[in-house]
Amino acid sequence: MWSWVAHRITGFAIFFFLLVHVLDTSLVRVSPEAYNDVIGTYKNPIMGLGEAGLVLAIVFHAFNGLRIILVDFWWQGTRYQRVMLWVVMGLVVVTMAGFLPRHLMHVFGGE
Amino acid sequence: MTTIADPKAPRPSRPGPTRRTTHGNTELYWWVFMRVSGVVLVALIFGHLFVNLVAGEGINAIDFGFVAGKWASPFWQIWDLLMLWLAMLHGTNGVRTIIGDYAEKDSTRLVLTSALYLASVIVIVLGTLVIFTFDPCPPNSPADLLPSFCTA
Ligand code: HEM
Ligand code: HEM
Repeated sequence: MWSWVAHRITGFAIFFFLLVHVLDTSLVRVSPEAYNDVIGTYKNPIMGLGEAGLVLAIVFHAFNGLRIILVDFWWQGTRYQRVMLWVVMGLVVVTMAGFLPRHLMHVFGGE
Repeated sequence: MTTIADPKAPRPSRPGPTRRTTHGNTELYWWVFMRVSGVVLVALIFGHLFVNLVAGEGINAIDFGFVAGKWASPFWQIWDLLMLWLAMLHGTNGVRTIIGDYAEKDSTRLVLTSALYLASVIVIVLGTLVIFTFDPCPPNSPADLLPSFCTA
């Protein structure tokens, strides 16, 4: 049940990110300066943490989405849906453990 | 004295579904689309995030030159085009479902879904145009902002 709520919230949030994301990317058609200026304002620790949150939302939505698909199409899906939720959580933790240190290093310097 | 309706009396049957959303199989096709696009999006988005956030300098490397370098290749153009269309259609349909669940009044639902479709069409058209009309070496721009192949 909570996984359904989380899937909904993350999907909704990613969608609104994407609307803004395509708009800011479209600045490459205005001028190199315009694009670099706006991207430059994103390069700070607060946005860096926001990006980490966005990646967390995507990673959860993606793995949980694959679980939903397996529940729907795999003949053993409903039987293992609870186990698969644990697998999803595990994959989210492992992916973030691989991603976070590197991203935070990029954001906070220190190479 | 007012009479109260007999609680055991049979209720008149409803004339039909109170809310007709779509006709025919449209809803089924969207259900399938959500799953197919989801599988493809995992690869597209994870690849996008890896190349733009993890590889090399990560987020710090992103500027006009970075984008120009990627979109010089049809490979990344097609990649981004697919990602744009699939993610937007998937997200738009998902948000339509959410609106349908919470907006009870027909008029509210109509206003919200119309705004949703309008925003989606604008973003899909704009994003597609940006990918195809992109010029990596716009004239009269400082060379140090452009990718190195512009001067070559
Ligand atoms: C913080 C994470 C992200 C960063 C730093 C980022 C960065 C970029 C950059 C630099 C571009 C320019 C072209 C390219 O590099 O391929 C781009 C384009 C694009 N990104 Fe992302 N991105 C992020 C997350 C996402 C996510 C989560 C999605 C999907 C939901 C997405 C979808 C797209 C699309 C569709 C385009 C093409 C836009 C267009 O057609 O104009 N991005 N992104
Ligand atoms: C990364 C790969 C993704 C996978 C595997 C995935 C998978 C799914 C699945 C299986 C559903 C359920 C559909 C249904 O119940 O009929 C869903 C719903 C949804 N997805 Fe995704 N998705 C992905 C990416 C995205 C992206 C990029 C967005 C935003 C642009 C998004 C937004 C949504 C929304 C808003 C819903 C509706 C949630 C609800 O009805 O509660 N998804 N997704």
